[in-house]
Amino acid sequence: MTDTVPKLTPEQLDIFGQELDAIRQRVLDDRGERDLDYIRRMIRIQRGLEVTGRGLLFASCIPPAWLAGVTALSLSKILDNMEIGHNVMHGQYDWTGDPALSGHGFEWDTACPSDQWRHSHNYMHHTHTNIVGKDRDLGYGILRMSEEQSWNPYYLGNPVYAVLLAVFFEWGVAMHDLEVERLGSGDIAWDEKRDLLAGIWRKASRQVLKDYVLFPILAGPQAALVLVGNATANIVRNLWTCTIIFCGHFPAGVIEFTEEETAQETRGEWYFRQLLGSANLTGGKLFHIMAGNLSHQIEHHLFPDIPAHRYGEIAVEVSELCARFGIPYNTGPLGKQFGSVVKKICRLALPDRLRGATPAPAPAAAAPPADAPHEPLLVAG
Amino acid sequence: MYTETARTDRTRRQRGRPSPPPRRRRNLGHRILGSGLIEALAAPHGADRYLELVRPGWSVRELRAEVTAVHHPAPDSVTLTLRPNHLWRGHEPGQFVRCTVEIDGVRRARCYSPASSAHRSDGMLELTARAHPEGLVSRFLHEHAAPGMVVGLEPAAGDFVLSAERPDRLALISGGSGITPVMSMLRTLIEEDHRGEIAFLHYARNPDRVPYARELAQIAVQAPGVNVAFAYTRGARGGGPQGARGNGLAGHFSLDHLSAIAPELAATEIYVCGPAGLIDAVRAACNPERVHSESFVPPALTLDARDAAGAVSFARSGIDAPNSGATLLEQAEAAGLKPAHGCRMGICHTCTCRKLAGGVRNVVTGEISSTEDEDIQICVSVPAGSVALDL
Repeated sequence: MTDTVPKLTPEQLDIFGQELDAIRQRVLDDRGERDLDYIRRMIRIQRGLEVTGRGLLFASCIPPAWLAGVTALSLSKILDNMEIGHNVMHGQYDWTGDPALSGHGFEWDTACPSDQWRHSHNYMHHTHTNIVGKDRDLGYGILRMSEEQSWNPYYLGNPVYAVLLAVFFEWGVAMHDLEVERLGSGDIAWDEKRDLLAGIWRKASRQVLKDYVLFPILAGPQAALVLVGNATANIVRNLWTCTIIFCGHFPAGVIEFTEEETAQETRGEWYFRQLLGSANLTGGKLFHIMAGNLSHQIEHHLFPDIPAHRYGEIAVEVSELCARFGIPYNTGPLGKQFGSVVKKICRLALPDRLRGATPAPAPAAAAPPADAPHEPLLVAG
Repeated sequence: MYTETARTDRTRRQRGRPSPPPRRRRNLGHRILGSGLIEALAAPHGADRYLELVRPGWSVRELRAEVTAVHHPAPDSVTLTLRPNHLWRGHEPGQFVRCTVEIDGVRRARCYSPASSAHRSDGMLELTARAHPEGLVSRFLHEHAAPGMVVGLEPAAGDFVLSAERPDRLALISGGSGITPVMSMLRTLIEEDHRGEIAFLHYARNPDRVPYARELAQIAVQAPGVNVAFAYTRGARGGGPQGARGNGLAGHFSLDHLSAIAPELAATEIYVCGPAGLIDAVRAACNPERVHSESFVPPALTLDARDAAGAVSFARSGIDAPNSGATLLEQAEAAGLKPAHGCRMGICHTCTCRKLAGGVRNVVTGEISSTEDEDIQICVSVPAGSVALDL
């Protein structure tokens, strides 16, 4: 738990921003064949795993083949969604001019239509990161992930909802932009969401057709085993992606912001918020690849559109920069970060008074002018 | 061989369209791979994204070609023989194709006119490029093209083509790299057993720089009714290869050069491709009604980013507006358009849009880019001069 967030003067924040801009520029200037080779290698591996996995599942009657098939297909879906899909859709490879790597054209192997993802994630989440009331990734409209969300008895089920969300994560992501909770409360009319619904229907039905109808039918007598295998691979992918993503913004020490504080942000302040609103995971090379390099969530939030396999290289500089400015750089192994997320989910299920929680003192994250109306900043943890 | 060129100044005077070359049939394999079932199984990426991993030239939906041979017809030129995939629908003699290559991870497209006959029986396509010192793509092809390389293609386009009803008398005039489309015309006519008179007049700086010189000399000897002459604009005296009329040509275009090999000029259809100066000279000297031309101009290489001059053209909406100097997103909104956008600070890439032509400056990085056909973030791009957007 971080009780004290450093106060940086506007001048310091400007310098901090310029140093980060310089890191970004250096990577942009160096982009080239190496990055293209990397992402193409990932795509080759992913497609290879996918074809192998689906092939093995056709021999499902042999149990080891089923298990190997499910493993390969799960890995394929994880790579497709994270290291390839998520990163390509951020526009990280737009500079190549290759239509297969176009951030606007890419479609991924999950129920969520890519255009809706680009809106809810690239724009809403990445621009308004951790601003309570604006960043819908704070709890996805289902969970209570911040003390700023006032408690009501519904939240007693917080841990149960979290488990359900993790198991059916792709469907949660697919419906993210619908803002179901606001539809339910009548804040917005179904009519406004008709186009989104049609888009979800189109994309999701293709996914269902492929995984749960066509491939099982082609497997003839082993149809049921293929269907269960495909469903398992989707769930494995759901659990993994959900875990990694929760660990990016919900571990102890990650800070939330209010709309008022962030209304007139400078570039330096924006960087500062991205940094304080994200957390990293430590691990080996394979771990980072399977995490889509979102294990470098801090670097990803600072520079969402530079090729993700570069994050590890620049993490050293970013953490040194943070040390120089006395800014906490939140990182830790998966077990520790995930443990603190689970704790938070359980803790926030209870009403504040039962936990004896007291609002933390307002730290001056990108301190607003003294006369500006603002709510005290809440430090999670 | 339109290295680094934009095509302008086309004149059209056609009597009907030439018959298209025979189409290749889609075989069973293509039909199966292109079927709805395969697409549904390969969703969401599509069958091509798997096929190309097996072999880069394979594609169900994208026109591509594999380089099968490379040679250097002149020291600064490179000739590629390409085997296009089943989607290639052939070209008319004189047309150009847009060819895409990958250089240091970035796709770059340029237009080249095939020099091969429209009737080539093996279905191959021949492109010749001259390596300009500033020509990124032409230099890359000159230095790195090798058999096995795969390039992207687009269907042949352009209306600098032989009329369907072939004229009896033709003059094919070219300057520098403008030789390729008229070479295609000449080869096509010879394969069609053209019975009339063809005058082929080519301008080059010096004899070293004439691609196809040997083949042209052979044609001049063997093909009845074909006269070939070369004229050199820098020093050396040119002339016709052995057996041709019109020896001793030097300097830039003059009517004497042409009438020496095309005596009945008044009844001759003239096809000319080369720099604007050559085309102007031909048009001034001959009946412009009979002149069909295509010229190429080098793109502007210098850009002044502070220059708020020029116009912004929103091509899809058909709106043009003077450049106000604001970001392209703001200018589009000021013109009444509603482009998709998000953060307005270069983060989310929602506003990414194809720039068709012109130069822009990125207000975040200061980077200036004049690449044709590239995706830009319009919320952080201001025009440097005139810009055309696919919006």
